[in-house]
Amino acid sequence: MKTIVSVLLLSLGLAGPAWAQGTKPQPVDPAKLEAITKAMWPRTPQGWENRISFDETQKLCSQYRNELPNDVFEKVRAREVATVKFPADGQVLGDWKAGRRIANDGRGGTFTDRPMTNGANCYACHQMEPAELSYGTLGPSLHLYGKNRGFSPDEAKATYAKIYNSMSVMPCSTMPRFGYHAFLTEQQMKDVTALLFDPESPVNK
Amino acid sequence: MANRVMRLVALLALLGTGAAAWAQQASPVDTEKELEKYRAMINDPMSNPGYLNVDRGEVLWATPRGAKNVSLETCDLGMGPGKLEGAYARLPRYFADADKVMDLEQRLLWCMQKIQDLDTADIIRRRFGAPGRISDMEDLVAFIANKSSGMRYEAPLAHAKEQEAYAIGEALFYRRSDIMDFSCATCHSEDGRRIRLQALPNLVKAGKNAQDTMGSWPTYRVSQSQTRTMQHRLWDCYRQMRAPEPVYLSDGLTALTLFLVKQGEGGEINVPSIKR
Ligand code: HEC
Ligand code: HEC
Repeated sequence: MKTIVSVLLLSLGLAGPAWAQGTKPQPVDPAKLEAITKAMWPRTPQGWENRISFDETQKLCSQYRNELPNDVFEKVRAREVATVKFPADGQVLGDWKAGRRIANDGRGGTFTDRPMTNGANCYACHQMEPAELSYGTLGPSLHLYGKNRGFSPDEAKATYAKIYNSMSVMPCSTMPRFGYHAFLTEQQMKDVTALLFDPESPVNK
Repeated sequence: MANRVMRLVALLALLGTGAAAWAQQASPVDTEKELEKYRAMINDPMSNPGYLNVDRGEVLWATPRGAKNVSLETCDLGMGPGKLEGAYARLPRYFADADKVMDLEQRLLWCMQKIQDLDTADIIRRRFGAPGRISDMEDLVAFIANKSSGMRYEAPLAHAKEQEAYAIGEALFYRRSDIMDFSCATCHSEDGRRIRLQALPNLVKAGKNAQDTMGSWPTYRVSQSQTRTMQHRLWDCYRQMRAPEPVYLSDGLTALTLFLVKQGEGGEINVPSIKR
């Protein structure tokens, strides 16, 4: 079927970019790509040593454009699962009121920001409490998230892991690995987990 | 002149309403209506502050400068020395004399160095305009890009180095890295998505989204009160990605720009435009 369609498109002259009929762009030489990125960022700014990465998982997600073959998918997931650290006391729920502030805070971490505690900016991608209309649509709505899961402690723990390392659940997820990169602190992650799982939280109303 | 000032005031008031509506989280549809109103005004040179850059760029282009005390008027932007019409619509492109694919700003810097023997450290220091700091690059780009208004982007990728730059640009677009695991594709690979309330153009597929986007740069950014080039746009996206600051005029940014221009091929250029 696919071939029929592309033959049809070809004959209509609609087969994508003009060069598709002639020379194809050359596949990228990984060494060349590394040299180019090195020239974009020749020095590591002070204080950024732990912030700059191109780890094995990022490399694979880039290479496969986030669509991993099954065997690679499972390998990546196992590696990411192994990075998740739960709070020592096993308590994953913090203060939903603090979580509410953190989820809405989009400041921190850019090269024009002064040093500060990073906000999580969950609203960049998710709907959460219905009263907040300024939310993005890159991720699913999280309205009623805890309620729909019966406020289950196991679900809360799984959600903490999701926030700590989204790729431990879904390799190549769009969602940042907040704990893995230490972008958020343990307390901040507990607080946003509470925002999703506290029965009093406006997310569950 | 008085006329220009009046229209500017009217436009800024209109934009102000738009911004306020945004802050009050008006529905995206309302915001879109506000945006439409001022998009309708962008073709009017009397009310778009970006045309001040165009005027200054025109003067700069013809002003003798540098150790050789000559103007840029013999600079070849790809269409032949001094030929400006349509040049921007074909950039970035391969230049045999430099043996390199260059975007407009890289090429201008090259001409400043080779033709004028200008000390470009100061040009680079003033790469992005700010209150009290006029950018020669923003002025020159506004002037030169405007000479392609009404024309359409073309990226034939005829030269092997152009094909290579395109492929590198595409790979960079999908390259996930650093503390947020973002790539350009994180925010620009689906139709109709938003981050907070900001609509995100889908730039991985050729077509209208990419055409409208690329056809509107350089643009006067009302939120910054400056005319910005694609170099600045990419700088700002890497900033949002929490990446370190990318080097101005680095080849990676040019490769990305060529990739984007290819996606937006056929799009009509209408610049300087005006945006939020
Ligand atoms: C850049 C976008 C982005 C940001 C920022 C983001 N997420 Fe996500 N999130 C996603 C996407 C996309 C998914 C769906 C894919 C997946 O499950 O990984 C998701 C999935 C989730 C899920 C699982 C949803 C389900 O179906 O069970 C939870 C819970 C979640 N996010 C919570 C958060 C919290 C809390 C924050 C802030 C600390 C956050 N996200 C920040 C993009 C984002
Ligand atoms: C975290 C989200 C995010 C990432 C990642 C991102 N961008 Fe953007 N981009 C945006 C937003 C938001 C806007 C619109 C900004 C505005 O209107 O102020 C935008 C605007 C743009 C525009 C101009 C759109 C227009 O219509 O004028 C281009 C081009 C662009 N981005 C390219 C890129 C490239 C190339 C990359 C990777 C280097 C990238 N973006 C990475 C969020 C992102």
